Amino acid sequence: MNRFLIPAVIFLALAGVLYVGVVHSPNKSTMQSALLGRPAPDFNLPILGSASETLSRKQLDGRPWVLNVWGTWCVACRDEHETLIAIAKQNAVPIVGLDWKDDDEAATQWLAQLGNPYSVVAVDRDGRTAIEFGVYGAPETFFIDATGHVQYRHVGPMTIDVWQREFLSRLPRGGIQ
Amino acid sequence: MIRRFRKVAGVAAVVLLLGGAIPVVAVDVDAMPTAELQERYDALTHELRCMQCQNQSIADSPVGLASDLRRDVREQIIAGKSDAEIRDAMVARYGNIILFRPPFQASTAWVWILPFLLLIVGVYVAVRIVRQRTALVASDDSVIEPEDVSR
Repeated sequence: MNRFLIPAVIFLALAGVLYVGVVHSPNKSTMQSALLGRPAPDFNLPILGSASETLSRKQLDGRPWVLNVWGTWCVACRDEHETLIAIAKQNAVPIVGLDWKDDDEAATQWLAQLGNPYSVVAVDRDGRTAIEFGVYGAPETFFIDATGHVQYRHVGPMTIDVWQREFLSRLPRGGIQ
Repeated sequence: MIRRFRKVAGVAAVVLLLGGAIPVVAVDVDAMPTAELQERYDALTHELRCMQCQNQSIADSPVGLASDLRRDVREQIIAGKSDAEIRDAMVARYGNIILFRPPFQASTAWVWILPFLLLIVGVYVAVRIVRQRTALVASDDSVIEPEDVSR
């Protein structure tokens, strides 16, 4: 009796631990940003389509905004683009684009062809700002509140469902702007 | 003839397979200014996980983000940051998961403790089995019959 009981208990305990590990293993879509609740990193980047203007985080402080990390080399960004256009039409919150390690010309062309959902696009040519935000794959979308703190990050293509549940719900009374 | 061909083809296949498995050692071409800094750079980049890859450090990965992170490590070392400061900066941006060796915290304690617990259990079980068998052998004075051997 004892002979089988002890191995059985050990087996079940191990199976339990492994099950929890598998179920809770960090999944790309559920892994939350390490920046959550912390101030969004500072940046000062050139604006796409402008020869001299730059965009800094401080300019965006004072109201909530959304940062969408994208690039013309990113296939999933193309998938989510239509959703972003639909979201932008709601005019609920400014969407700032971060054009990550991209070619300016290709980016301009992409927006001319597919439509431009962004209030403004900052150009992160060497990828330094993306690293500061802890980005590891485009597209990623951040919600930053009026005090400049990161409140949410979504990894992967934006969907209307995620937008309503995780982004719109964080806006005071459903919209600003 | 065919047999020989098969043999050659088999050897060739093995060589190809092994050749394909040889890891790319040097992804990075930029060297640090001194050997001491290079050593710290090598150690740090091997400790940091490439977030886009499966189980590769940023030192071993050729993907773009890994090379950006290597650049970041290089710049921080040159700027005079300590290893701990660089690690903390990476964790602040990417979370504990970027470290191959997770820190000992309440949430990660079991990662460190469980293997030792299992080792103790394993040793206990092994010792018991050995003792039991030793006892069996000591008390067993029967002669081995042929049918026992053939079993």
